[in-house]
Amino acid sequence: MAEVWDVYTVIRSSSYLIAGVCLVLALKWMTSPDTARKGNWAGIAGMVIAVAGTLVNPEIWGDATTPAEVLRRYQWIIIGLFVGLAIGAPMAIFMPMTAMPQRIALSHAFGALAAALVGTSEFYLAQAEGVVLAPMTSVPLMLEVVLGFLTFTGSLMAFGKLQEILPGRPITYRGQNMVNFAVLGGAIVLAAVLAVNPSLGLTYWYLFPLLALLAMLFGIFLVIPIGGADMPTVISLLNSYAGISGAAMGFVLDNKVLIIAGALDGSSGFILSVIMCRAMNRSFSNVLFGAFGAVAPGAKAVIEERPVQRGSPEEAAVLLAAAKSVIICPGYGMAVAQAQHAVKDMADALDHKGVDVKYAIHPVAGRMPGHMNVLLADAKVPYDELWEMERINPLFNDCDVAVVIGANDVTNPAAKTRKDSPLYGMPVLDVDKARSVIFIKRSMGSGFAGIDNDLFYMQNTLMVFGDAKKVATDISGELRKH
Amino acid sequence: MAMEPGDLEVGLYIFFLATFVGFEVIRRVPSLLHTPLMSLTNAISGIALVGSLVIAGRQETQLATILGTIAVAASATNVIGGFMITERMLKMFKRREG
Repeated sequence: MAEVWDVYTVIRSSSYLIAGVCLVLALKWMTSPDTARKGNWAGIAGMVIAVAGTLVNPEIWGDATTPAEVLRRYQWIIIGLFVGLAIGAPMAIFMPMTAMPQRIALSHAFGALAAALVGTSEFYLAQAEGVVLAPMTSVPLMLEVVLGFLTFTGSLMAFGKLQEILPGRPITYRGQNMVNFAVLGGAIVLAAVLAVNPSLGLTYWYLFPLLALLAMLFGIFLVIPIGGADMPTVISLLNSYAGISGAAMGFVLDNKVLIIAGALDGSSGFILSVIMCRAMNRSFSNVLFGAFGAVAPGAKAVIEERPVQRGSPEEAAVLLAAAKSVIICPGYGMAVAQAQHAVKDMADALDHKGVDVKYAIHPVAGRMPGHMNVLLADAKVPYDELWEMERINPLFNDCDVAVVIGANDVTNPAAKTRKDSPLYGMPVLDVDKARSVIFIKRSMGSGFAGIDNDLFYMQNTLMVFGDAKKVATDISGELRKH
Repeated sequence: MAMEPGDLEVGLYIFFLATFVGFEVIRRVPSLLHTPLMSLTNAISGIALVGSLVIAGRQETQLATILGTIAVAASATNVIGGFMITERMLKMFKRREG
């Protein structure tokens, strides 16, 4: 490279280099709870350095000489930053942990919107300047815009479903996949045309807005048929898309740190969606185009009336008090009932009696990857009591009582034995190996998949019906009496 | 800031190497920390802020200024909110005392 770098370019480039290193370190330190906070601070440091390196750039302050002129150059940046602070900070401080999945969905929407809008600006700026974009800019630009807009609306839909503004059940109709593919196909063709010949966007002004519209439509159509139970996968997948569109932005702007951040974000989202899919024994295409809910009504019809052993919280307390080791298996139902604090209190009462208590966390317990851990940590459960499925499953053999709270499908032994079950092949918690099982459930209803659970009818299962929070409170009351 | 062929090549190297590093590192993150991981990568991807800053600052056309400012606000929300919520979550993760 023959060009001579001025001091500002050196500052900016080195700030991006340092930021890139910080971001990788941030993720590396996230691999252990002991260093995770250090990781977050490394991320913050990287961000501050990169932003500072950008702000001192003459590209922004240009030919400004007086303070007033400089301020004028920065006015929109300052306004934008304040709006971001005003939205981001209160949300981070006051949001309950149960709302975490919605918050993440919303932030995917924001991130993707930013990428899409930057791409749109670059496209029109090139037009205004009469610059014909070379393919090596126009191709990533189109990728950025299409992925950005579809992730924007897709994430808003996911947000709506999680926040229960929109119905959580899958919305399906005949020929849905055909419509979806047609919209996506249209967007891809249009993007390809504009990438090869960007000046067409000037001749036919409506092409670019149409592209944006198609991408946004596809985002909506993509998420509409996906049910609440698949949200962890969808959120992870949208995370991955947002990352890739960010990396594409890095190619458009020739900004290396954007490429790094986008690649890290994209691979993280991808890994998490693979983990989620594996935990539900589903493939990507099955989640995206399978409309899981469609199977449920048929399966529900075959649920037969079989006798179950009903018990009161008092009986449950007696059973628990006699145990040496107890494993609690929480599901999202526990969070819905806001029962995590009551459950923690019950565990404390058991601990006080010298009973060993562990929590078994299924990978899809909750509405997003790792959600259950956060909910329990919020209830002050020490993290060394939270056990991943692979680690705890062998321990069920020596477990006196397994307590299942607000979970169902993730404990269903049919996933291991019944080849005809829709759950077959899904990794589940080995609750059936415990000496006895206490099931705390609102009613006799089935889980998301609408599938009967053999655990309910076992000799050594005690079904305690009622609100999870109330039942847990009653049990700890009983335990503390004696 | 137009790209040159050499830039594209370097960019692709960076992209693939960073993806590789991402895979290797993130695979080792325990499921205990998956939610904070997602909120951290979210905050990190808010680094799109630097691209938005330049567009909002250059103010070349009215459209670009408006879109750039919205993009700054959107990515600043992610950056500020993302790091704050990650910190809030990580503070909750505590070992058993004693």
